[in-house]
Amino acid sequence: MSMVAGSQGPDGLEPIDRTVRKQVVPHGVLGMLLFVLTEIMLFAGMISAFTIAKASAPIWPPPGQPRLPVEATALNSVVLLASGVALILAHRAFHKGNRSAMLRPMWVALALGSIFVVVQGYEWVRLLGEGLTLFSSTYGAFFYLIVGVHAVHAFGAIGLLAMATTRLQNGYLTPGFFGATEIFWFFVVGVWPIVYGVVYL
Amino acid sequence: MAELIPTQPDPGHEDDHHHGEQSFVSKYLLSTDHKVIAMQYMFTGMAMALIGGFMAYAFRMQLAFPGMDVPFFGIVTPANYVALVTNHGAIMIFWVAMPVLIAAFGNYLIPLMVGCDDMVFPKINRLSYQVFLVSAIVLLSSFFVEGGGFGGAWTTYPPLSAKAEYNLTPLGSSLFIGAVGIEFIAFLLGGINFITTAMNSRAPGMKLYDIPMVIWMIVIASILFMVSVGPLLAGAIMLIFDQQLHTAFYDPNRGGDPVLWQHLFWFFGHPEVYVVLLPAVGITAEIITVFSRKKLFAYRTVLNTAIGTGVLSFCVWAHHQFISGIDPRMANVFTLTTLLISIPIAEMMFVYIATLYGGAIRLTTPMLWALAFIFEFLIGGVTGIFLGASGADIYMHDTYFVLAHFHYTFFPIAIIGTYAGVTYWFPKMFGKMMSDRLGKLHFWGTIIPFNFIFIPLFFLGAGGQHRRIYDFQNFPALAGEGMQDLRILATVSLVVMLGFQVVFFYNFIISLMRGEKAGKNPWKANTLEWTAESPPPHGNWKVLPTVYRGPYEYSVPGREKDYWPQDEPN
Ligand code: HEM
Ligand SMILES: [Cu+2]
Repeated sequence: MSMVAGSQGPDGLEPIDRTVRKQVVPHGVLGMLLFVLTEIMLFAGMISAFTIAKASAPIWPPPGQPRLPVEATALNSVVLLASGVALILAHRAFHKGNRSAMLRPMWVALALGSIFVVVQGYEWVRLLGEGLTLFSSTYGAFFYLIVGVHAVHAFGAIGLLAMATTRLQNGYLTPGFFGATEIFWFFVVGVWPIVYGVVYL
Repeated sequence: MAELIPTQPDPGHEDDHHHGEQSFVSKYLLSTDHKVIAMQYMFTGMAMALIGGFMAYAFRMQLAFPGMDVPFFGIVTPANYVALVTNHGAIMIFWVAMPVLIAAFGNYLIPLMVGCDDMVFPKINRLSYQVFLVSAIVLLSSFFVEGGGFGGAWTTYPPLSAKAEYNLTPLGSSLFIGAVGIEFIAFLLGGINFITTAMNSRAPGMKLYDIPMVIWMIVIASILFMVSVGPLLAGAIMLIFDQQLHTAFYDPNRGGDPVLWQHLFWFFGHPEVYVVLLPAVGITAEIITVFSRKKLFAYRTVLNTAIGTGVLSFCVWAHHQFISGIDPRMANVFTLTTLLISIPIAEMMFVYIATLYGGAIRLTTPMLWALAFIFEFLIGGVTGIFLGASGADIYMHDTYFVLAHFHYTFFPIAIIGTYAGVTYWFPKMFGKMMSDRLGKLHFWGTIIPFNFIFIPLFFLGAGGQHRRIYDFQNFPALAGEGMQDLRILATVSLVVMLGFQVVFFYNFIISLMRGEKAGKNPWKANTLEWTAESPPPHGNWKVLPTVYRGPYEYSVPGREKDYWPQDEPN
């Protein structure tokens, strides 16, 4: 999937525009924005379904279900948010044209993102052990559904950022590809506080 | 490559992308050319239409002649019947209307009408079709697994769809949902391409209001699709979990809520009807302007109306749930929004009539189809108003009146709109003219029986005949002779209509082989696709066009010719 359709400009970074028209936003950025629009609606669907289930249940959370790790996850959320900050730093460096200063914040974002998913995975294993499963209640089912779908997106974002980092190292990271990566990463980071607020609190 | 686009470097063409000698596989199956992908979508869509039509034939025969050994099918069992009905509906909407109207026309027309050489993401485009093909195969395979195809209606309401104890299709039901989900991924990939290309790759000089209406409509439809599909995907994941892992999202005994699905489904489902409607409305706009030699009346109004309709279409979904136990106060709100949404639709109809008014109308085959679209869709829209009033709908709901209503919307869209588009762009697509005589024969052979199929169904529905019933002989009140005669009339008309489709395929093939050469611009139209060769080569133009004016400058006073192509400097 080459976002830039195999195009490289004289400096190996800027795509040559194949029409005379100037792209208002790079193709990759616009395409990713549209994709994220769908993703936002996917989460909106799950979250509103969850809210309805929660509102119509007599007792919530249902009796006998373990408590979610509110504090540990709050800490983990900070880790994820920090990865977003790291990416903003990379963004600044990119637009100053300082590609070498980008590499470090990119790695930091990647590392923080990975810590986030590993800690989440660990919490899941613990909760499963305590008896919260997909089948134990709609509470459990929604928890694994929403947090699981978010985790899938987090993996996707990590993959994309890793690709961007490789491209950066090889000297052909285009604004389109980097912009698309950023948008997806910020989406994954940005939707998390909402998920946390609705599901955990 | 060099001889095609000498003036510009051509980064869209990648290493695996050779000109000149190509094998069949790389030219037609693995191509990233938007025109080839359009044809893949179109021919797959047409094949699915034949399958969906055959299903309709089988179950309509059962309704007219219960228990009959249907030629080419056999005895239709109750399980067959519900599976056929369910898959017929799903196929016609998701595997015919969407792929042909949005994916095929979108792929073919967007680059050609905005004046660029291909989609901005050609490989994603190719992937889109491949994913779509997989979804069609998954759907059709569901008929051959244990238990057979899913029969719980295309709306897949739980608990019927969620539990194998109820629907008796443990695998078929999940393959059905899975196929729909896979297909949505295909259209998501396609939609991203359509919108990005239309916004970013327009020819120099083409301002937003110079974009042909059909392109705007496909773009708006793609946006509607992308905004509405998320909640349905969420619901579909939950439904497959309920089916296969026995979670309880929709199980009221274990804290779930079956009506939740209805909300997620119809939040998508109603915008979806506009997703397929808008491209057909756009195709009609192109055709009626060309064949009445008039400017489109109120271009900006049409565009704004389409956007407004799109927004409003997110606020009407619960009109499908008036008898699902929703709060009556909520029913009032949705009655209001539903009646409101018929206003923009009516307005578009008036705009089209105003466009035709006083024009130099030429009744070619595509023009006949376009006029038929306006006329037949009107019947669909007007009957929708009856249903939108919740008081009337409580009686009409789930009867053949609803069925006839939406067939008067969908048939004009998916079938009439498609024939309009295919007969209009055939000369561009294949470089040959279609026979007008055969085209008209096919037109009347389709339109007349179509009305004879569905008008009787309005009466049957108003008489209390419910949908999705295998054999009305079990209901004495509905089995009387008068009603059975109407059923037979509908079925016989269907068989006649299906028979006339042979004329179309004959015309298609004979015109491909022996049709008159079309030349670049046989209809003397303004839009950019008519400035390319017929059929356009890979890359579309030697030199990409520049645009100087809007698409509908017909019969401009003081000009010698009655048309003024968008790319002519003056
Ligand atoms: C012009 C404005 C329209 C209005 C006011 C309208 C209204 C309605 C209402 C209220 C229903 C629900 C009836 C019931 O189930 O009891 C309905 C059903 C339906 N409509 Fe429309 N409609 C309109 C346009 C369309 C269009 C453009 C399409 C398709 C392209 C369409 C397709 C359908 C379908 C497929 C159903 C049946 C769904 C099912 O239960 O299986 N409608 N319409
Ligand atoms: Cu509706």
